[in-house]
Amino acid sequence: MTELQAEQAAVVPRAEVGSQRSRYTDVLIALAAFAVLAILPMFISSKALLDFVIRCSAFGLFATSLNLLVGYTGMVSFGHGMFFGLGAYGFGLIMQRTGLPVPVAFVATLIITTLIAAVIGAICVRLKEIYFAFVTLAFQMLIHSTILSWVSLTGGDQGLRGGIPRPTFFGVDLSNHVHLYVVSCGLLVIGLLLMRQIAQSPFGYTLRMIRDNATRASFIGIDVWRAKLTIFVLAALFASTGGIIMALFVSGAYPEFAYWTISGEGIFINMLGGVTTFLGPMVGTLLLLILNDTVTRLTEYYGIVLGIVILFFAIGLRKGLMDFVVEWYARRRAGTGERS
Amino acid sequence: MLEIRSLSKSFGGVKATDNVTLDFADGSLTAVIGPNGAGKSTFFNLITGALKPDSGQILLNGVDMAGRSPPEIVRHGIGRAFQVASIFPSLTVEETMLAAVCADQRRASVLHRRFPLAETRDRAEHAMELLGLASKRNRIAATLSHGDQKLLDIALALVLDPKVLLLDEPTAGMGTEERWRMIDKVRELWETQKITVVFIEHDMDIVFKIAPEIVVLCYGRILATGTPDAIRRNEAVIEAYLGTEHHAGAAI
Repeated sequence: MTELQAEQAAVVPRAEVGSQRSRYTDVLIALAAFAVLAILPMFISSKALLDFVIRCSAFGLFATSLNLLVGYTGMVSFGHGMFFGLGAYGFGLIMQRTGLPVPVAFVATLIITTLIAAVIGAICVRLKEIYFAFVTLAFQMLIHSTILSWVSLTGGDQGLRGGIPRPTFFGVDLSNHVHLYVVSCGLLVIGLLLMRQIAQSPFGYTLRMIRDNATRASFIGIDVWRAKLTIFVLAALFASTGGIIMALFVSGAYPEFAYWTISGEGIFINMLGGVTTFLGPMVGTLLLLILNDTVTRLTEYYGIVLGIVILFFAIGLRKGLMDFVVEWYARRRAGTGERS
Repeated sequence: MLEIRSLSKSFGGVKATDNVTLDFADGSLTAVIGPNGAGKSTFFNLITGALKPDSGQILLNGVDMAGRSPPEIVRHGIGRAFQVASIFPSLTVEETMLAAVCADQRRASVLHRRFPLAETRDRAEHAMELLGLASKRNRIAATLSHGDQKLLDIALALVLDPKVLLLDEPTAGMGTEERWRMIDKVRELWETQKITVVFIEHDMDIVFKIAPEIVVLCYGRILATGTPDAIRRNEAVIEAYLGTEHHAGAAI
């Protein structure tokens, strides 16, 4: 357990509001959210807004999956973006070279991601804290370098050119912007529901135990390595789905999708939104994309502004926005020590 | 029955455990004592798989545990509590117990159901009742008192239904009253649960009062084993560890 996590653990009451909510309630909330998102284009015709939600879907899935590692398991990966890139390139290449139906290419991409994540994870999850972070970063740079140098397959630094074919399936035409928007929202909602289920399952509590005290977890019979590898692969699948949405959105894949800065943005999103609440990374995604779109319009010194924002959250609040809000609310509601 | 056969472990040139052979009968209560650096915690670490022995056997009902991983050893029935309470700070007492039972029932990897599982409740409840933690079920472990954290640590080991329970200084860091409460609880657990309990303890008043069997370690070797009276009278033990305060004459 890191110093920061220990400090957060000691804060009472714990910020996991609604953690015991039933699966059916979660499904209902998800359906309602999807319904609201799906009918949005009927009332607002802004293409920029639809674009924004599609990007939120891609990065939201990516950031929330990263939080399964960082917030729930205590594994800070600096290389999670490699799976975002793998998703984008894998899907793009399959569509360009095989002409398979979109759903088949989607599943095939996830299978490829699973295999690669299992190999990389088997090596990385044995390592502790900073070593895990650095080795995941090294793998990300390896994949990025491979993309750059394997020009005949990936297009090198130009990325996958010529667009990604998006043949119609089940009446869904992903070259239609609204269709793409609805599918992205659907993938986001399903992805979040599945990740929520993971977080609230017995396995989710196994991850919390490993985060808190991996040694003790092994002394109650938990195979820590296997549990870490499992969540590493599962998180990779959701990150890969985010990459697929991004590839569909830009109709291509670019080396930047697999660059370390994507992982950095994932960490940044988690810092902004918070890691102790399930929806923290989604809030962080919204904040980052709004910041990104606003600040880049106003100044070219985008990095400086983001740096100041990070400092505000890290030094000022000492936690993400959702952590801060939920903790404040829980303190008001319950007093100290007990959680009802 | 737990049988230790010629167990040895060295760190560089230091023999932390040196050819130790011991038997712990089923249902026995044994104290392991010795000066600092005697190898008591190393001995526990070897039995529970935290360290791999250089040589020797650790037989639990005839099955050799030496060199196996902690999860394997736990599943065979050896549980332990730690000198510094080893708990899960962000979980509540109840969540800790429920999650531990999940692990013991090989359901720690279940993804399709919600925590907690109904079938884990009874055992978790029983362990909390046994250790007097039921009223603190909703407390987050990090906010418990030191004594309650130690109890939670023991509850974590006990909820797994061990055949052998190893307690590494269960009273460490406690005040006098709290120590006696804790040791009474240990004795009560031993009597009611009918398990083999081995504990490390520095407080000789406690050791001589509750332990029917005592093992004295010194420089990784067994200096003496026997009843409290025999240990009190043992010249080697008096010289190496007890001093004059706890020898037979002083007790009389």
